[in-house]
Amino acid sequence: MSLQDVTVEVGGHLALSNVSFDVEPGTLMGVVGPNGAGKSTLFNAIAGLLPVRQGKVTLHHGDQQSGGLAYVPQRESVNWRIPVTVMDVVMMGRCCRMGWFQRPGKRDREIVNACLGRVGLWDHRSALMTELSGGQRQRVFVGRALAQEASVLLLDEAFSGVDLAAQEALVGVLRTLRDEGRIVLLATHDLTNLAGRFDQVLCLNRHVCACGPPEQVFTSEVMEQMYGAHGVGLNTDGES
Amino acid sequence: MVRALIGSILVGVMCPLVGAYTVTRNLAFIGDALAHAVLPGIVFGYIVGVNPAIAAVPTGVAVAVLVRTLSRRAGLSSDTSIGILFATMFALGLVMLATASTIRVNIEDLLLGQILAITPTGIYVSLGITVMVILGLFAFHHWLLFTSFDPLGAQVNSTRASVADHAFLVMLALVVVIGIQAAGIVLVMAMLVTPAATAYLLARRFVSIMMTGAALGTAAAVTGLYVSYYFNVSAGPAMTLVASGIFVLVVLFRPRATPA
Repeated sequence: MSLQDVTVEVGGHLALSNVSFDVEPGTLMGVVGPNGAGKSTLFNAIAGLLPVRQGKVTLHHGDQQSGGLAYVPQRESVNWRIPVTVMDVVMMGRCCRMGWFQRPGKRDREIVNACLGRVGLWDHRSALMTELSGGQRQRVFVGRALAQEASVLLLDEAFSGVDLAAQEALVGVLRTLRDEGRIVLLATHDLTNLAGRFDQVLCLNRHVCACGPPEQVFTSEVMEQMYGAHGVGLNTDGES
Repeated sequence: MVRALIGSILVGVMCPLVGAYTVTRNLAFIGDALAHAVLPGIVFGYIVGVNPAIAAVPTGVAVAVLVRTLSRRAGLSSDTSIGILFATMFALGLVMLATASTIRVNIEDLLLGQILAITPTGIYVSLGITVMVILGLFAFHHWLLFTSFDPLGAQVNSTRASVADHAFLVMLALVVVIGIQAAGIVLVMAMLVTPAATAYLLARRFVSIMMTGAALGTAAAVTGLYVSYYFNVSAGPAMTLVASGIFVLVVLFRPRATPA
């Protein structure tokens, strides 16, 4: 996946300016930056939900096909009023593989069952989404992306409202996807344990401040670009 | 009376089936707006001598598509687009009604419904719409569930999500046309929303909400029809009051709390 000089406007305001970076298959990348840095805008542009004013988003052939890219939105974008079970949500991943009048077949059910097992939620398959914790909900969405057979996963603020243990469980699942050659991008404003979690980190504040291995990108200069003078004292263990 | 009974059952079943989505997606306003917006179609039907239910179908479908188009082109919220279209179309219908001297229509029947006067053509139109909408709900079920639960995720997944969303608005417009014949323009929203909302309080799964809503809607419509017949009141208000009565009873005595 490659972005070249991507510029995006939202409501007449410049939300992203000349964003360029490449991601190789089999990469778990953290996208970090303060609130309003354009993390969600970046994901929306990659997913085709927002028009790109200038520049180019290039996805590999397989990623451009229907269902090749999976998007896990922020919690606020989901309509929790719809009473759906864990199984229902993972089955949604199979939608793009089914015809209009087609019902889920044996193969679809087998795939969904396998995905539920992989994200460790087989025992919760009949539970309503509203009955799950924040971390479990995120794993359901990852299970849906797996059922979709997506090769690129975009997770927006996946750690929001999720405790540390559940964050680690989620990262564990994401690592297995990375090991299968998938690209996983996870946006977060939480700087805790970044080095241990991600292969690459993209530091964003409406433009790319830095992109590379986590142990290399968090220099004082980059932190200042992202968080201003207050950022200089921050480190990636989340302490100031 | 047999025709009225068939018409009532169709309204009772179809409104909550679509209403389950309307309630959970916060689309009650658009249901109400579509009901008002088909008035020019109904009046046009009377003017040219076509069954008003037939004439209302293209109007409803056109307005449903226009709502989407206007929102996107003008960059307005759906509520604003709906508000503009709803008021404009209803006003147009009233002007047509006032200026067309050749037709004699009781405005109260249009607003409050007159199921006892439903014609055989009206029944055939309702049956045709019922078959189409049930097929549509079946075909689009997984996509509608997906776009209702996670609109962004569905949109990224496939362009079919957008097709399903448009199809839902068209199905909603079609069901509104059936509902108007029984409950009238003003009260059709009650049949769309109240039985489905009652079912939402009782059922755990989405499909169960649709089925329970259809059962409650049928009970309300048929009971309302008999109340209307024996007590000589308009069918729309009678059905609405029965549906609301069931809702109140369920709120007071429901066995379990709904999920947050």
